[in-house]
Amino acid sequence: MMKVGAINNGVVIDHITAGKGMELYHFLNLDHVDAPIALIKNAPSQKMGKKDIIKIDAELNLALDALGYIDPNVTINVVKDGVRVEKFHPQLPEKLTNIVQCKNPRCITSVEQEIPHVFKLTNKETGEYRCIYCEAKAR
Amino acid sequence: MRSLLDIVDLTVEEIDELIATANDIIADPDKYAEKCKRKKLATLFFEPSTRTRLSFEAAMLELGGSVLGFSAANNSSAAKGESVADTVKTVGCYADIIAMRHPKEGAPMIASMRCDVPIINAGDGGHNHPTQTLADLLTINREKGHFDNLVVGMCGDLKFGRTVHSLIHALTRYENVKFVLISPDELKVPEYIIDELNKEGIPYVETTSLEEAMPELDILYMTRVQQERFFNEEDYLRLKDSYILTLDKLDTAKKDLCILHPLPRVNEISVAVDDDPRACYFKQVLNGKYIRMALILKLLEVA
Repeated sequence: MMKVGAINNGVVIDHITAGKGMELYHFLNLDHVDAPIALIKNAPSQKMGKKDIIKIDAELNLALDALGYIDPNVTINVVKDGVRVEKFHPQLPEKLTNIVQCKNPRCITSVEQEIPHVFKLTNKETGEYRCIYCEAKAR
Repeated sequence: MRSLLDIVDLTVEEIDELIATANDIIADPDKYAEKCKRKKLATLFFEPSTRTRLSFEAAMLELGGSVLGFSAANNSSAAKGESVADTVKTVGCYADIIAMRHPKEGAPMIASMRCDVPIINAGDGGHNHPTQTLADLLTINREKGHFDNLVVGMCGDLKFGRTVHSLIHALTRYENVKFVLISPDELKVPEYIIDELNKEGIPYVETTSLEEAMPELDILYMTRVQQERFFNEEDYLRLKDSYILTLDKLDTAKKDLCILHPLPRVNEISVAVDDDPRACYFKQVLNGKYIRMALILKLLEVA
């Protein structure tokens, strides 16, 4: 396997569904971050066959909770002084703001550009989100 | 300050309280004639609806208040491209309360988020129309005296009829209500409502025959079967008459059946039915005004 060094202080987002790494990278706005970051695609994985990984060697305030919506498989490892201090699966966030666009042509967001697209978690078991304005399901 | 966007924003107790106020207004209108003196209601109708707008305006006038507003988007600054938020912020400077109808779903919610005065949703696209449901509930209350132990028939277009969905939702909160859902297969109640009924263990039957359902009904809520909802004309022509209520079809009905319709009617209730004492749809219109009066009082916090 290709070697990418361990990080000192930051997060490792592991078990990303292969092919979704770039989407998460953009979602977290990592292209604007001035810090050492590695995006590893198609790394071999015992559990998943292959996976993507993102390593960020910086303590940033990232919207990690919302990752649970984009890819429920991910594991987040928080590293301090070279040691993993926390490991968790992000929960489905209660609210998604400007992450999903409402596709209902009758929704007010379809005509007024500046309204934030907000979705609320309406069913935890099925991961169903609905637009707060028109109640259309997130697709 | 509270707004009313969706009927589920109100608890059962709040609905009971509105109904009690409306009943009190009906009993003694003079007592309320000056309750909203010097208060202004703005009716912002971005889409025309004479009936609902006049009902709101009549309600405010009977409370001693005054009204201002527009009745179509092309008469407003929306035609110049102004956002809903800006329109309501501006109107909020002039009025104490706003009743708003908009063709886009969720527009009244945007309004309530951006404006300090209470917003009443007077219909947003195919989404919500809570004051119609309040009018339906007041009528059922006045005709039957209770909401529990009723067999409620819903007839016609149950797929797209927002008033049907919202009334079902409101009535499921009462004890032992059974629904009889009468519609062509093409226009059955959406899956998510059936799921909800199943989940809550609320009894219901789905049928295509109004005649068969008739004898057991306490309430019959009629809606229009619109031609544009059908894929082909043959199906429409085959089905349209089965959902028209005539005096003949009422032969097997209970003597105290209560017939409701959100109106406007086209031909789904024969005009001959209007004189039958069981026809309550024009009383429903009047009740709509009284319940809107009660709602305005509540949202303006006028005791």
